[in-house]
Amino acid sequence: MNSAQIVNLLIQASYFAAAVLLIMGIKRMSSPVTARSGIQWAGVGVLVAVIATFFYHDPHAHTASLLIENAALIFVAIALSTVLAWYSGKRVAMTAMPQMVALYNGMGGGSAAAIGASALLAFAAALSPQLAGPYPPPAGVPQVSLAVIGALIGSVSFTGSLIAFAKLQGWMDKTFRFGGQQAVNGLCFLGAAALGAYVVYGICYAHHLDATFIVAFFAVALLFGVLMTLPIGGADMPVVISLYNAFTGLAVGFEGYVQNNVALIIAGTVVGAAGTLLTRLMAKAMNRSISNVLFSNFGAGGGAAAEIKGSMKPIEPDDAASLLYMAEKIIIVPGYGMAVAQAQHKIWELSQNLIKRDKEVKFAIHPVAGRMPGHMNVLLAEAGVPYDLIADMDDVNPEFPNCDVAIVIGANDVVNPVAKTDKSSPIYGMPILDVANAKQVIVIKRGKGTGFAGIENALFYQDNCKMLYADGQDAANKLIAGLKAMDGGGGH
Amino acid sequence: MIDGMLALYLFMLAAFTGHEIISRVPVILHTPLMSGSNFVHGIVLVGAMVALGEATTPLQQIIGFIGVFLGAGNAAGGYVVTERMLEMFKSSKKPGSDQQGAK
Repeated sequence: MNSAQIVNLLIQASYFAAAVLLIMGIKRMSSPVTARSGIQWAGVGVLVAVIATFFYHDPHAHTASLLIENAALIFVAIALSTVLAWYSGKRVAMTAMPQMVALYNGMGGGSAAAIGASALLAFAAALSPQLAGPYPPPAGVPQVSLAVIGALIGSVSFTGSLIAFAKLQGWMDKTFRFGGQQAVNGLCFLGAAALGAYVVYGICYAHHLDATFIVAFFAVALLFGVLMTLPIGGADMPVVISLYNAFTGLAVGFEGYVQNNVALIIAGTVVGAAGTLLTRLMAKAMNRSISNVLFSNFGAGGGAAAEIKGSMKPIEPDDAASLLYMAEKIIIVPGYGMAVAQAQHKIWELSQNLIKRDKEVKFAIHPVAGRMPGHMNVLLAEAGVPYDLIADMDDVNPEFPNCDVAIVIGANDVVNPVAKTDKSSPIYGMPILDVANAKQVIVIKRGKGTGFAGIENALFYQDNCKMLYADGQDAANKLIAGLKAMDGGGGH
Repeated sequence: MIDGMLALYLFMLAAFTGHEIISRVPVILHTPLMSGSNFVHGIVLVGAMVALGEATTPLQQIIGFIGVFLGAGNAAGGYVVTERMLEMFKSSKKPGSDQQGAK
């Protein structure tokens, strides 16, 4: 074995190690106890592979100066991007996490598309004899096809995720619709597919391909990502981000076949499959199918909702505090509104005050509370709430009838009983938290407005429900003060 | 390229692995896991490095540079964000007795 072969073997070995570490990392991330070490294992995996790749050089015709130039470019690109991403990732608020995931995911998709682009350019260049590229010609149909498909998926994930980022960040109107939009989108997709097919034909069969076609293919593919994401809005955004996450995974896997890189193939495919499942779980939790999310608009069409009888009954903070003081079992139902008001720390302080007085306190989380499944858990964890006080919907729903007081803060649609009773409601069929069954319900809310879906909430009109109109932080403060006052004025 | 059938088997096995790994995950970890899997496909950086390393024309160098830049952002950003999220998961029980937290 000569030294070049040994280096190559070491590189292959580190790719293998990286693949193992990445899979073990995801596995460990699927339990809260080991989750933190999981991301570290995966991190080591990527680091090992990146370092090994610095020693990789292609045996085909390459001048030494070009090799050094490319290595320098690689170094600059990594340094620049890592600093920017590291800094933005450290600084971003936890509430803004979903759009950052979208942004980084889009970058991955773009990277996969770039790999596809340079491979296709090299394939095309290799067709003319005087310009033999690094990929030994002729490239096979599967290889070229996978490069094209990976590039298409990666491009869609790239621009689609950027649009999702812009929407969640509030830079862009939530939805953008025009007549015949689906026909336009369909044509755009067909155009990208046709151009992609032509690229495969040109390289593999006609043995001649003008690079313009490659450029046109990417332009249309990128445009399709934009068009596809524009009409999707509001509550459907997390599902779309998760879908694009799976897309990027697949794109990476496909480009891995093109480059013969097993680490890319395995990591990309695993993420593609895991991401698809995660997307389906999310869509199911919202009572939406994936095609529904992509091709129809939330709430569009549904008939007029049935009239709700009764009235909303306000309650003063002191009276609410005395309800809590008498209660034994309290379930807190937080929603995204709580996080926006930055009230999670205060709510945790309130809970600690209740626990101190020997009350059983639980947090009930709807699968889509927050902006992504599990997002609320992250926000509560940030406030210091231990995860064993947090209960999933299915576990906590049977407990509501035994619950003395349920506190709903910043949640609306996920506790609306019309999802079970009113067939004409757009949220009919969505699984909800059965807060309505609690003995008493206190809803902390700033005003009388409706939730994300724009539907009146029948819970608010129930006899056992009282409205505490206040800002989340303010309400928690007053409740804590009220509890302390009832102890006999102590403890300020 | 890896032999056709072998490639197909590899794809099938990796897809099942991904499905299996994630199918029993508690809801509380969905967001960190999505973020974590977002980091895992940051391995794309390695492919982009190879593409740029093999570039022979200025156009390929530009595309390769973009690829490496985007891939590194995916990896670095994905890591930081996931790590920050997972850092916050604590149990109220003492460490060592917390297996039951993982339901």
